[in-house]
Amino acid sequence: MTAQLLYGGAGLMLFVLGIWSFLVHEPLLRKVIALNITGAGVFHVLIAVAYRGDAAPPDPVPHALVLTGIVVAVSATALALILGARLQDSDDDA
Amino acid sequence: MSWDAIDSLLPVAIVLSSLLPGVFIFLVDEENHLLRTVLNLLGAVLKLALVGLLIWGVWLGQPIETRIDIAPGLTLVLSADALSVLFVTLSSVLWLITTVYAIGYLEHSPNRSRFFGFFSLCVSATVGIALAGNLITFVIFYELLTLATYPLVAHRGTPEATRGANIYLAYTLSGGLLLLVGAVWLRTLIGPVDFTVGGVLSGLPASMHGQLVAIFALLLAGLGVKAALVPLHGWLPQSMVAPAPVSSLLHAVAVVKAGAFGIVRVVYDVYGVELAYQLGLLGALGLLASFTIVYGSVMALAQDGLKARLAYSTVSQVSYIALGASLLGPVATIGGMVHLVHQGIMKITLFFCAGNYAETLGVHKVSQMDGVGRRMPLTTLAFTVGALGMIGIPPIAGFVSKWYLGLGGVTSGQYWVLLVLAASTLLNAGYFLPILYRAWFRPAPAEWPKEHHFGTRFETMGALLWPPVVTAVLCLLAGLLASAPFSPLEWAQLIAEREYGL
Amino acid sequence: MPEPAMTAPLVLCIVLPLLGALFATALPGRAVAVGIVTALVTAAAAVALTLAVWEQGTLHLVLGGWEPALAIALRADGIATALVLMANLVALGISVYASGYFQDAIRIRSFWPLWLLLWAALNGLFLAGDLFNLYVMLELLGISAAALGALTGNREAIAANLRYLLVGLLGSITYLLGVAFLYTAHGSLDIGILAAAIAANEQLFAVDAAAMTLMISGLALKAALFPLHFWLPPAHANAPAPVSAALSALVVKAAFYLILRLWLDVFAPVTGMAAAMLLALLGSAAVLWGSWRALRAARLKLLAAYSTVAQIGYLFLFLPLLVATPEGPARDNLLAALLLMAVTHGFAKAGFFLAAGLVQTNAGHDRIDELGGTAQRLPATTFAIALAGSALIGLPPSGSFIGKWLLMQQAIATGQWWWVVVILAGTALAAAYVFRVLSRAFGLEPTPLRFITDPRAEVPALVLALVSVAVLGLASGPLWTLLGLSGADA
Repeated sequence: MTAQLLYGGAGLMLFVLGIWSFLVHEPLLRKVIALNITGAGVFHVLIAVAYRGDAAPPDPVPHALVLTGIVVAVSATALALILGARLQDSDDDA
Repeated sequence: MSWDAIDSLLPVAIVLSSLLPGVFIFLVDEENHLLRTVLNLLGAVLKLALVGLLIWGVWLGQPIETRIDIAPGLTLVLSADALSVLFVTLSSVLWLITTVYAIGYLEHSPNRSRFFGFFSLCVSATVGIALAGNLITFVIFYELLTLATYPLVAHRGTPEATRGANIYLAYTLSGGLLLLVGAVWLRTLIGPVDFTVGGVLSGLPASMHGQLVAIFALLLAGLGVKAALVPLHGWLPQSMVAPAPVSSLLHAVAVVKAGAFGIVRVVYDVYGVELAYQLGLLGALGLLASFTIVYGSVMALAQDGLKARLAYSTVSQVSYIALGASLLGPVATIGGMVHLVHQGIMKITLFFCAGNYAETLGVHKVSQMDGVGRRMPLTTLAFTVGALGMIGIPPIAGFVSKWYLGLGGVTSGQYWVLLVLAASTLLNAGYFLPILYRAWFRPAPAEWPKEHHFGTRFETMGALLWPPVVTAVLCLLAGLLASAPFSPLEWAQLIAEREYGL
Repeated sequence: MPEPAMTAPLVLCIVLPLLGALFATALPGRAVAVGIVTALVTAAAAVALTLAVWEQGTLHLVLGGWEPALAIALRADGIATALVLMANLVALGISVYASGYFQDAIRIRSFWPLWLLLWAALNGLFLAGDLFNLYVMLELLGISAAALGALTGNREAIAANLRYLLVGLLGSITYLLGVAFLYTAHGSLDIGILAAAIAANEQLFAVDAAAMTLMISGLALKAALFPLHFWLPPAHANAPAPVSAALSALVVKAAFYLILRLWLDVFAPVTGMAAAMLLALLGSAAVLWGSWRALRAARLKLLAAYSTVAQIGYLFLFLPLLVATPEGPARDNLLAALLLMAVTHGFAKAGFFLAAGLVQTNAGHDRIDELGGTAQRLPATTFAIALAGSALIGLPPSGSFIGKWLLMQQAIATGQWWWVVVILAGTALAAAYVFRVLSRAFGLEPTPLRFITDPRAEVPALVLALVSVAVLGLASGPLWTLLGLSGADA
């Protein structure tokens, strides 16, 4: 139970830190990383939720959520980076 | 088809008879003069025929009503009573005449498809207002009229036209919003507000009277804008930039009448005269109307632009209708109602003539009108009939209106009405007689400001000449045959009898 | 369990555009043809779905035979179906328009797969029956929307849509945290099961309230509720016209739909007057600020984008009235009016943006002060702007006129008259910004010979605008039936 709380609490802290970093920092890369940290925080919470004691197998539903969430986060990050690179290019051209 | 089915389709058919041609006219190629003219006249003639059926049905006392549910609890009701017939007939007859006039007037100008499309929408909205059987239907068509007339005022495309149109829009849309709030508020209080002879509010407890007064103020503010009650009249002189057929239609029939008609509806068929009188609303309305009558006339005296003078004259004359509605008693009601028609035919005559002077001679100002009577005798004759009618000289229509209004003031004990009428008549004479004097008795200038020759044997193009002549004859007939069956006066008496339960 | 023939459209609405996206990617040379065919069959599926819901009421479907927690649950009730029908008809119009809009091969190849993907996500979002599928669809929608918006290729468009993407991600992550809270508390993600669990476990109020706050804040960011609207105007104004239309008319609406769904179904026991008032206050600020900025906008598409901020605001004004109105015809009317406003805005704003795009293409720019000549040369397009504009103002006859009428009626009836003041101010401002554009259409330029010059571009805009005015304004009764509301005379 303590481990679960610790893990979930750390997730929440990551979430808050990520949002703070996203709002405060201007450079694109930092914003993207901040978003990923925010996402990781939420995934932590979900993994903590899945824990059902050492004896029982973990709840598969939150795990499925995390897996899907990671896929989504990766593709979104990729798109953000591509758009960022385009932006960079157009700045270089100008 | 049975009579019942016809009776329930007739009102909507009357609205559609100009709406559908209007929609098709937008699609007509600009150069296809013939098709556009055919659509225009077809719609106008068809509407007139349908209105004939309507008059017959109302005369027989048949219930004529179309109901369309636009949403649960919100019903579009188009129905016909004696009051609607008065306004519908006026609009349909004058629309036909104005269409002929406009076809001639806009012969070679650009954007005719757009013009006639909106022109037809404008008339559809007007008959919709006339036939509206409940408050929400009235509000819908009232707003539609604003939208349909905006492009007509802006039509010329000059910066002044755009400015005039925007001022017009600012006034009418703001008014429309107030009207909307009043209508919604009333709907919340009592449910659907169907126009009913004698009003629908008399049963409400006295604790609601405060709200009723506030609602009346909102409704009156909304309607007063179009009826050009002072101080809400500012748009009217500004929208004089519109082409002459538009000014005729706006100032004689559609817009100002819609406002005045709405006031009459609210007083008679929503509040009921008795309740409106008890709440002190009639007194306030009468005061406002009287002030507007005198103010408009005084302002008209000072205008040199012919259309501007006519516009201020409209401000003044339309308030006769509101004045009639504000006096308790059937005689004043007759005066106000009959003026709805009389002012329409007289003022449209004057605007047609003003358009003819401008198109044929380039004369736009009163000071340029010396000797126009000899150059354009028929037009000037028509103008003279209209002007003398406005002053109230018998046997022209305007005399009948003023007679009944004065009599109504006396029978209801409101002798100050006579003072207002006398002052207004003197002022009317003050701004119309000098024009007639110039036109008939002063020598013509060596050269007109901008003369056109249309190559006809008459003084101007036929399509421009005959409409004012016809309406001038109507002004005379309305006065001479005032007591004939189906005359405007007789309908006004019918309305008064039904409203006062005589 | 309804028969498969009835539930088939439920799946087809999502699968067809997804397949179309695949084909359009695989056959880039025929992307336009694939796109148009897909648009037609998808819209047909949406119509079939509407008919099925019309006859049978709410449809449910659990894909793959798994239990509700793991399976993909689909559900179409009246609210979802009304929005699906609107979105698919609008999307069909946008597709026809887009088939002639893009000229170079690269854009054509990128547009169609992304657009069909967005379409699939949109339908998926409206029809999903559990919170996690909603999350996936939300992300899919956000990613495809941002990619589409950046298709213009210029710096402003890329920068604006990059910001849109990041802000959208932040919104959906916040939403996901709320979902995690709910799962922790109630062990389910199915909307129906959750609603029952939340109603049954009042002791978990704090968790539920926290989850609601997180989820609705995240979605409010995506729905561009004031003051979280900052990303919308540049993103919508700089996207290609068909994309702007989709973003403003549909994508933002999807986020609002989710808020409404959560508000009405999931969190009904948790919502209260305080939360509703807060959202409605923000909505009022959106109405006033958005309309004001639209009035001051220099460019036509920016004007339309700010108008979206304002129009979304109106939808939030309904919440405190819904809270204050007891079950019955009056509440039915209010709910239907809310949907009517949303649907009308969908048609009107799409029509407006498509028309604005054509004006922009013809004039080479969209600076309002210099548009006069172009507006006069394109009467059908100007007409579309005028019709859509009157629906945005709320003039009769339009769906939003009825919506505003019912909204004001209920505001007066519940004593919350101050919203009437907001609505009046918003309406007056809207009239000012719409006629600011229209007044330029009456100039001294030469007269166009015909009403319509470019049918493929002009007809979709005109038809969409016309629906928002004539159909929704004069015959909105069927919406009540579809929603399963009586709404008898209140």
